[in-house]
Amino acid sequence: MNELRFMDLKDKLISSFYAYEDHLQVTDQVHDVKVQAIKDFETLGFPKKKEEAWKYTSLNKLLKQDYNLFAQVEDALDYKEVKKYFIHEIDTYTIVFVDGVYASQLSSTTHDKIDACLMSSAMEKDKYADLLEKYFNKIAPKSGLNALNTAFARQGAFINIPKNTVADKPIQIINFSTGKENNLMIQPRNLIVVGENAQVEIIERHQSLTENPVFTNSVTEIFVDKRGMLDFYKIQNDTHHASLIDNTFIKQMAETHCSVHTFSLGGALTRNNLEFYQKGEHSNSILKGVTLIEGKQHVDHNTLVHHTQPNCESHQDYKGIYDEKSVGVFNGKVLVEKIAQKINAYQSNNNILAHDDATINSKPQLEIFADDVACSHGCTIGQLDEEALFYLKSRGIPAKEARALLTYAFANNVLESVKIGAIKKRINKLIANKLNVNLGFDL
Amino acid sequence: MLKIKNLHANVEGKEILKGINLEIKAGEVHAIMGPNGSGKSTLASVIAGKEEYEQTEGEIILENEEISELEADERARKGVFLSFQYPVEIPGVSVTNFIKTAINETRKAQGLEEMPAKDMLKKIKEKSELLEIKRGFLSRSLNEGFSGGEKKRNEIFQMAMLEPKFAMLDETDSGLDIDALRIVSNGVNKLKTKDNAVMVITHYQRLLNYIVPDFVHVLMDGKIVKSGGKELAHKLEEHGYDWIKEEMKMA
Repeated sequence: MNELRFMDLKDKLISSFYAYEDHLQVTDQVHDVKVQAIKDFETLGFPKKKEEAWKYTSLNKLLKQDYNLFAQVEDALDYKEVKKYFIHEIDTYTIVFVDGVYASQLSSTTHDKIDACLMSSAMEKDKYADLLEKYFNKIAPKSGLNALNTAFARQGAFINIPKNTVADKPIQIINFSTGKENNLMIQPRNLIVVGENAQVEIIERHQSLTENPVFTNSVTEIFVDKRGMLDFYKIQNDTHHASLIDNTFIKQMAETHCSVHTFSLGGALTRNNLEFYQKGEHSNSILKGVTLIEGKQHVDHNTLVHHTQPNCESHQDYKGIYDEKSVGVFNGKVLVEKIAQKINAYQSNNNILAHDDATINSKPQLEIFADDVACSHGCTIGQLDEEALFYLKSRGIPAKEARALLTYAFANNVLESVKIGAIKKRINKLIANKLNVNLGFDL
Repeated sequence: MLKIKNLHANVEGKEILKGINLEIKAGEVHAIMGPNGSGKSTLASVIAGKEEYEQTEGEIILENEEISELEADERARKGVFLSFQYPVEIPGVSVTNFIKTAINETRKAQGLEEMPAKDMLKKIKEKSELLEIKRGFLSRSLNEGFSGGEKKRNEIFQMAMLEPKFAMLDETDSGLDIDALRIVSNGVNKLKTKDNAVMVITHYQRLLNYIVPDFVHVLMDGKIVKSGGKELAHKLEEHGYDWIKEEMKMA
């Protein structure tokens, strides 16, 4: 039965694609890519639970729903109402979408020295044809979800930081869903190109404004050229009815430094497919995450660091705190090719189960074909330390606050590497709100 | 200040405290001595409200209020303080953050506003000077990588900040070199007033040369078997505990 229903959504998606194909406003070259993608999706379909990488995360429930693929109502949001979802304490470029449609009144884009603009305009314009040819759909590996996104993606952020340029301020990409369309499916597609010796900081957030379900299948491709630097912050603090599959792929050339921090603080089902491909020596990849969920929320971090060159580093540090009936998954793969000697790869996944009904599935996977490398991994699952709780309580700190303080302390070393103070403060506040305490943390 | 009546307590089902009676008045310093495993630390933990330690009988009365049913944090906010023998390391929480949280949570519970940042800083400065604590120390993670002496000094610093009515020092002298012992004892003595009281748990007379007790009690097998003045501590230092055991047999 289930298989049939999958077919329903899959078929619907495929027939919808052909129905709207003629309305695509893209170059012929992009058009061809999309047609190929829908064919790939037809072959590959949605991931199945029997696939190793999807063993602990089932999409069944999500795929049984009927989705609206195109938002009918274009809704102008008032900035005042949504300001709180922006990192507004600092000056940033903003690229904002509402129900998958670009919201110009909430955005502040630029073509001055750097490009922080829309995928749709990049796809239409000849001056970006070279970049698209080189990178669009070239970094993301072939998978059903990526193909689906490639076929449908119309909108997203296009960020291009030319050689020797440091982006003068961070760039925020925010996807709002208004719930005006019940069961909306959104497929944002971002392309980020960081030129040689260039630098950029990016903040990304998906946010539902109502309790209506929304299913986002997002793909972000990132290319970082020699000596480039990228710091990417993902804030996932959505409602209990919003599901997100975030597919982010980063190709790094020599001497690059790339970090991704993922703060998974809410959502119905959140799956992060985060993959780094090191293509040059002396590159460094940093993957950090804090997951703090409750209820029946489900967060899955599926990471890959592919070391294909010698003398590189990767550091993964994921902390998870799971309360009530929430479920966490960490599946971290480090692949070291034979040629990739002198690699230093570190992976750590520490979890706290705050409730008897909470679950964590943690699976480190190290595949090492080189013989002169330093690779380590560690995984812990435990509870908050009772001795530490007593210590805090014995100084007058009530149980709830003591738990919050220990939870925060547990996650703290992930936050320490956040370079933008306003983000750190925001995450502190979100954590405090989630734990229902009024503690500053930031001292 | 503190009255303990017929206190019995179990740890993991085994009775450790077997009927303790003790009265500590405001302005007094009491020392609890006794061989290993006699129940000294258990007594302190039970008074502080450690949940795993089950009080099966008796009363703990702080300033006319029975506190046996209160949570550890409630007792602390009423003025009970325990300087731990082995303070827990808490990575990610700085000493300053911790002490500010403790003070402000206590104030909140009393219906007071948070302490203004300026006053807090002033107090921290004053109390850290008293214990010869350097500035950098305060921004380190609580007890993480602290030496034995730093841990104990940090405990007394917290005591100085929280100004408890009734403070228990559990083997505060262990792991201290002579200089640290002097600093810590000096801190405790400066904090001593006629309105508060201190209970010192120790194995050795050494600490009692610095923090001079008004009364010394000997705890053996979960009971106070002998009480006396400070000279009792000297006698224990010289002769050990065997003579008390003999006395008990005779009785």
